[in-house]
Amino acid sequence: MDDSSSGCSHSSKKKSTMADDDRKELHVLAVDDNIIDRKIVEKLLISSSCKVTTAENGIRALEYLGNLGVHSESQTPALHQDDAIPTAAGDLKVNLIITDYCMPEMTGYELLKKIKESSILKDIPVIVMSSENIPTRIHKCLEEGAQMFMLKPLKHSDVTRLRCQLMQCRS
Amino acid sequence: MEVGQLQRSFVEFTESLFREGFLDAQFCQLQQLQDENNPDFVIEVVSLFFEDSEKLLNDLTRALDQQDVDFKKVDACVHQLKGSSSSIGAERVKNACIAFRNFCDELNIDACLRCLQHVKQEYLLVKNKLETLFRLEQQILAAGGAIPMVE
Repeated sequence: MDDSSSGCSHSSKKKSTMADDDRKELHVLAVDDNIIDRKIVEKLLISSSCKVTTAENGIRALEYLGNLGVHSESQTPALHQDDAIPTAAGDLKVNLIITDYCMPEMTGYELLKKIKESSILKDIPVIVMSSENIPTRIHKCLEEGAQMFMLKPLKHSDVTRLRCQLMQCRS
Repeated sequence: MEVGQLQRSFVEFTESLFREGFLDAQFCQLQQLQDENNPDFVIEVVSLFFEDSEKLLNDLTRALDQQDVDFKKVDACVHQLKGSSSSIGAERVKNACIAFRNFCDELNIDACLRCLQHVKQEYLLVKNKLETLFRLEQQILAAGGAIPMVE
């Protein structure tokens, strides 16, 4: 895991195979400028059977999300539908974005706005987290289209709740 | 020291940390996340916390030493430290940071300097406690025992 070079890192409990497609793992993009919080939220999500990619700020997150579109369009000859290995696009599709609110340069709110303004990204649910319980902040995020607002520090029960809500939305 | 004695010391010590407010329930969350896939998870996170906190405390010392104190920067650092300490369950450090931020809002340099001292003290205390805890764990494991669960 190397956060510093690309700003993003991936980890997962197991590799997904074609057989797993029926019970697809949730792929979550977790954005937080605090390295400790990134590590904890990543482990919380992995423990709840999610595949996790972390990003240390909004810009890296958008770059990563932007690259997803690129990969799905320019598939190399080796990555065909019939191959046993999963395609880059299928592997990287993000089902949920969870972001910290207080981040330098681009806040979680600004990241949320950018995602909701994008025709490609707007349907990805976004959860905003914050250590501060400020009603106007919460309201602002929900108004802008955030799926949920969660108070930090996150606990295991928060991730369970998050999963339930998300699965309800999808079905 | 035999395993049973080590385990008893460990349980007593852990209970005292919670009782005296050094650690709170969030620390338990971290312990629950540790498993065979990540057997050193708690130590890894806590080590990151030590590194990050020491850097922040140095930044704070420097920031408060300036001719023209940039309270925005001071507040940002304290906010970070409050977040990390809260995330690992270092309750007393977190509370010291909360008090610190109130004085930042008031632009009160003297009070901020006092708060910084207090935060440093609490940080060193919890660092010491956690290092002792990890040492006890290592001793138990080295003696062939298992780490007891402390509710």
